[in-house]
Amino acid sequence: MATTSVLGGSIRRREDPALIQGMGTYVDDLAPVGTLHIGFVRSPFARAKINSIDTTAAAEAPGVFAVYTHEDVAHLGELLAQVVIAKARPLLANGQVNHVGEAVAMVVAESTYQARDAADLVDVDYEPLKPVVDLKEAASDSQLVHDDLESNTIITWEAGPWGDEEGIAQTKETIAAAKERDDTVTVSIEAVNQRLIPVAIEPRAVLAEWMPGYSRFRVHSTTQIPHALMGAIAKTFGLDTNQVHVIAPEVGGGFGAKLNIYNDEILTCFAAQKLGRPVKWTETRREAPNSTIQGRGWVATATVTGTKDGEILGYELDALADMGAYEQNFTAAIPFLGLFVGSGQYKFPTHWKVDCVLTNTMTTDAYRGAGRPEAAYYIERVIDAFAREIGVDPVEVRKKNFFEKFDSGVTSPIGFEIDTGDYSTNLDKLVEVADYEALKAERDKAREEGRYVGIGVSAYCEVCGFAPTALSELGFSWSTYGLPAGFYGTSLVRVNPDVTVTVVTGTGPSGQGHQTTWSQVVSDRLGIPPERVRVMHGDTEDSPMGIGTFGSRSLAVDGSATFLAAERVADKARDIAAHLLEASADDIELDSEGGHVTGSPDSSVPWSDIAAAAYLPHRLGESELEGGLESHVIFDPPNATWPFGSHLAMVEVDPDTGNVEILRYITADDCGNVINPMIVAGQVHGGVVQGIGQAMYEEAIYDEDGNLLTGSLLDYPIPAAGDMPMFELSRTTTPTFCNSMGAKGIGEAGTIGSAQTIVNAVVDALAPLGVKHVDMPLRPKRVWAAIQEARG
Amino acid sequence: MYPRPFDYVAPTSLEEAFGALGDDAKVMSGGMSLIPLMKMRLFSPGVVVDIGRIDGLDGVEDIGDHIEIGALVRHATTASNELVKANAAALAAAAALTGDVQVRNRGTTCGALAHADVAADQPAGALACGAVMIAQSSSGTREIPASEFFVDSLTSALNPDEILTSIRVPKTGPGEGSAYDKLGRRGGHSDYAVAGAAAWIKKSNGSIEDARVGVTGVGTKPALATGVAEALIGTDGSDEAVKAASEKAVDDITVLEDLYGSEEYKTHLAKVYVARAVKQALAAI
Repeated sequence: MATTSVLGGSIRRREDPALIQGMGTYVDDLAPVGTLHIGFVRSPFARAKINSIDTTAAAEAPGVFAVYTHEDVAHLGELLAQVVIAKARPLLANGQVNHVGEAVAMVVAESTYQARDAADLVDVDYEPLKPVVDLKEAASDSQLVHDDLESNTIITWEAGPWGDEEGIAQTKETIAAAKERDDTVTVSIEAVNQRLIPVAIEPRAVLAEWMPGYSRFRVHSTTQIPHALMGAIAKTFGLDTNQVHVIAPEVGGGFGAKLNIYNDEILTCFAAQKLGRPVKWTETRREAPNSTIQGRGWVATATVTGTKDGEILGYELDALADMGAYEQNFTAAIPFLGLFVGSGQYKFPTHWKVDCVLTNTMTTDAYRGAGRPEAAYYIERVIDAFAREIGVDPVEVRKKNFFEKFDSGVTSPIGFEIDTGDYSTNLDKLVEVADYEALKAERDKAREEGRYVGIGVSAYCEVCGFAPTALSELGFSWSTYGLPAGFYGTSLVRVNPDVTVTVVTGTGPSGQGHQTTWSQVVSDRLGIPPERVRVMHGDTEDSPMGIGTFGSRSLAVDGSATFLAAERVADKARDIAAHLLEASADDIELDSEGGHVTGSPDSSVPWSDIAAAAYLPHRLGESELEGGLESHVIFDPPNATWPFGSHLAMVEVDPDTGNVEILRYITADDCGNVINPMIVAGQVHGGVVQGIGQAMYEEAIYDEDGNLLTGSLLDYPIPAAGDMPMFELSRTTTPTFCNSMGAKGIGEAGTIGSAQTIVNAVVDALAPLGVKHVDMPLRPKRVWAAIQEARG
Repeated sequence: MYPRPFDYVAPTSLEEAFGALGDDAKVMSGGMSLIPLMKMRLFSPGVVVDIGRIDGLDGVEDIGDHIEIGALVRHATTASNELVKANAAALAAAAALTGDVQVRNRGTTCGALAHADVAADQPAGALACGAVMIAQSSSGTREIPASEFFVDSLTSALNPDEILTSIRVPKTGPGEGSAYDKLGRRGGHSDYAVAGAAAWIKKSNGSIEDARVGVTGVGTKPALATGVAEALIGTDGSDEAVKAASEKAVDDITVLEDLYGSEEYKTHLAKVYVARAVKQALAAI
């Protein structure tokens, strides 16, 4: 099908008036009569045996209804997680704690204050044990996190290509042979891709109500995956899924941290059922870093071997990825998402290996990009280092090793089929928009003046729009939650009797702008103006089975389902119009007014008549048309989508302080066809800011005892608008054939492309000193130390 | 985040406020530092005495050879008020670099000074500008020089029964200038100071006649770098003289390592920012 040309308008976000006036409804805004509140007792130790828990004083404290420990919830089993390889999380600590902040007991009281005060009265007798916090130490197994496991390494993902042992052996031989050649250069860097703490503006919250008369739960949660939560609750409590009603109202940012099933969600349901009262828990900012998953946490050596003129003959990644103490939804699968794009946009042989290692820290899981920023970071850092080593422009080296343009799929060296790509054109666009040659001249002039100005470039290849359902064979589904539902898109589009449109879709926004974009998609197909379209989401009772919002998948998958459903409704509207006008459906055109016979301006029927006929089916007379004007589509594309792009940063380092100033930040992203350019730009802005946050500010730091030293925003600096440069955005357009709109995804691209762009720029700025690498975050102290070291 | 139980009083006069003070009480003006500490349960006063409803504390006044900044003057006012900018430029600059817009619109200069955070900006400005703290209690008024006001981390010279009702800053005269500069935790000027310095310089006949330099962020308390000032006096303020003097930036300070810098780095930064602040102050004359 031809891609549509009507889409592409930057209409303003229809959801914003409510949100920016504080009139949106979030979970914590809800307080049914009689709501009780939870306060958690959390471990102060990273690893300790629990000798005893005395809840007497807490139980007697004012307003307290109940205090629960592991014994009370043992019958519910462990926390369900989609991918559990070795160690699931107990709902409440079971005889031992394994990270600071682990929930040990739960107090339920009339007010949040009472719950918090009573939690302080729970007396836990801990016997501290030696924790293992450092990732390399954990990988050595000198100390185990869990005594009942044989190793801290729970799985190793290896590819080159994936799933082909012979191929991997051959790739290793090929690369080894390349290293032996006299005319090749091998460059390695060991680099940390540090742990990050997701900081959504809305902390997590859950409100559970048990309705004994109906044997049903109603649960409001700040979740990106309401249907999965519905399944997890049903399975945990031995209920059918239609006994569990989950609602995700407005969600104030997710970034993957809300793409999870949490013990607090299950425990809140437990307390509500047990006490017969609504029970709510809202995470405090202070507990969030250790009660919500963290992201990244890799140490790896990346190696490139290539000829002196820039032809790369092999790329190797040898990585450790920090899992934390327990697995949750996708924990060990996150590095696997990185593996998908382990060879980037490149055609050279790639051998990629990552060990997934447990430590006595909070669980890691998906955080904007989820494995792909790590993958892009290493390959793009080491290619930059290689280019520097051989003295060839890093843009040239990249272009030399890209796949040529392809539009019907290519199999990457890592073993996955990429849909479409035109990488050189994209990088050329960046070079043109940035006026790269002029920037280099500017940098060189600054260098002559003794200034430390640098330019960093990075390409990236992303995989998103998670589908097809065939991925369920790799574990990408909600099967563990009792839902054999793979990653498809779903949407229902209904023209109502008053010619408004209701869309019920399988993913819900946490800032992505579904209300606006989906309205545009529907309007494009039906002709009915966007302001008459309302998009419903996040309610398991309203919506068809939905997979949720993550992995930049909403538009490419559920948006495409919406497109197809709207098209089917349009087909039916044409049939009805044709019947009413006694014309052929093939001759009917739809617009905002109604249906018209092509070429006969007088032969028209207004939308109101079309809708009336649909809801007064006798008007459809002898035709075979049925009443109603709606369609529900499940869309299973042939592949995920693979956006790509390239970023450029120009920075200046103050050699006296190590301070990094970003002078320019320029992007050329390619997410296929774009529905709303303003929303896409917003996604790029946010993504880039989060990448810059990792490059320059953010780091979850645990001390050797496993205490999180950066557990509040006082010590975990995140970027603010005022810290950022103006972003200069551009795009190329390489549509995918995987969906009718030709749209890929843009939610994570900015993050995936940006961190290494900044590091490459800073290393370039310091190149005259001989600096070859600086680990993130590039806090001034670290940059200054690198300068000092280089100066000797 | 939920603080421990506490009593809250909002007096409408100083006399009423004095009556509410005691060993277990804490004065609150903007609350930008106190409330987070209480919510993190790092600090749990029995009584919070909110002075926000007391009339007459929110002005910047010209009192002859000094200006006076009241207890309820917000950072945003300190940063933009013409009297402050003309007579205590270092303090105005430090206020402009304090927190973010919301904090500057709510927090107060006197509150930030009384809080005595080791990495706050305005203490350095107050030290360099030679501010005098006006501490009132039911038993009278004390005038405490800024140089004696910052005792230790989060500890000022105020007694539990006293309120910092205003500060007085001597007006900037001919040949005088002051400035503040810092490196923030998020780089540039953003966030708390990793290191910051304020300088006030008086020049006559081409040489530096008097100087005060305040340093913040690097040690156990914001402090005067007296060695720097002494080294500057009598020089012509040349780059070489400034650099030489800046070497004494932490002579009177115990430098502490934190997440934002090693002792070595912060010592180095203190010198860099002392030199920068002095040069800017000289340029402002």
